[in-house]
Amino acid sequence: MNPKELIARRVARELRDNTLVNLGIGLPTLVAQFVPAGTKVYFQSENGIIGFGARPPEGMEDLHLTDAGRAFVSALPGAVAFDSAMSFALIRGGHLDMTVLGGLQVDGRGRLANWFIPETLVPGMGGAMDLVSGARRVIVAMNHTQKGTPKIVDELTLPATSLRPVTLVVTDLAVIEPTPEGLVLRERTPGVSVEAVRAATGSELLLSATVPEMDLS
Amino acid sequence: MRSALDPGAAAALVADGATVMIGGFMGVGSPHRVIAALVERGARGLTVIANDTARPSVGIGKLITAGCVARVIASHIGTNPETQRLMLAGQLAVELVPQGTLAERIRAGGPRLGGVLTATGMAAEGRQVVQVDGREFLVEPALNADVALVAARGADYAGNLVYSLTARNFNPLMAMAADTVIAEANEIVPLGALAPDAVHTPGVLIDHLIERPRVA
Repeated sequence: MNPKELIARRVARELRDNTLVNLGIGLPTLVAQFVPAGTKVYFQSENGIIGFGARPPEGMEDLHLTDAGRAFVSALPGAVAFDSAMSFALIRGGHLDMTVLGGLQVDGRGRLANWFIPETLVPGMGGAMDLVSGARRVIVAMNHTQKGTPKIVDELTLPATSLRPVTLVVTDLAVIEPTPEGLVLRERTPGVSVEAVRAATGSELLLSATVPEMDLS
Repeated sequence: MRSALDPGAAAALVADGATVMIGGFMGVGSPHRVIAALVERGARGLTVIANDTARPSVGIGKLITAGCVARVIASHIGTNPETQRLMLAGQLAVELVPQGTLAERIRAGGPRLGGVLTATGMAAEGRQVVQVDGREFLVEPALNADVALVAARGADYAGNLVYSLTARNFNPLMAMAADTVIAEANEIVPLGALAPDAVHTPGVLIDHLIERPRVA
């Protein structure tokens, strides 16, 4: 199983029935492919739709029906479209149950940086700051390291997306939960030891009573 | 009964150096004919307020590529490498605003409010913070513009507008927040074709309608 699929599968296990969920562009969109059977999730795209679904058949796409990455989508029965003020009222106003975003760094207090690398990558924050500030649960889905450099660090060296700690961090090595006491290692990837996770992490990790392998079935 | 403008006449209403709000999200829901006309007339020095600058050959990206824009106020520019290149080279001023804050600043501009209070973006330093009922907020001033260029699915002869799906995005907000509002619709229908409850933007806000699309 490749790392992206592993992360997406584990994040999908956080989905709860009958909830509103926003998936960031990139790796987080894969989560939609692993929604557990019997779990009804409504996906919001920040550009103004709740209830979007898979891409239509080739040649049947609607130019005005897209997701936040400008990919063509369909509208499922019960879908609703709205403007950007409504979209972000839902996001910032706590009406969004869960958001999944990518990350550049997460620090020891669970703060996320994912929008700016000085003098190099300047994508802009888009909806990321509102999502981290407003969603009830914030899940970061990212690789544990970038070219060998840990992405979980003591202190952020990149501008923070929000001061609010995220709910959970899911990487290709581990599931980590920020708590007031510090980062807690909850689960590890099958075949990966606690020592290996610690070696790849740039911040102290507290251990939960047991650190089982992720259930990716 | 108003009369329609061709895109070129509309582009002439946008002065060089003007502040222009342009609807669209990654080019979806942008007024493509007016944008093309602005490129053709060689507009210069524009300050563009928009969610993003799409891609170099798409939507607002065409204005960036053609050198029409001096300053951008947007939430995201990562999909346009030309915008990023110009920004890093110091040739384009870019002010990044969180998307929800951008939407609310424009929305607040509509009723000419002073601004909004939001907790988004508190991590940034040097911002004015206020306390309300024990909660901290940033003060975000309203945004207004000289001209708003909006795109709609349909318009009636009075300028009442309806939008389609994810092409709606910033258009209804911008339609309220500028001194001159120019609306480009895919189709124009007679009065009565749009039921009162179906209208998304009241025609009273629209100063100019772009003529129907011309088939070549």
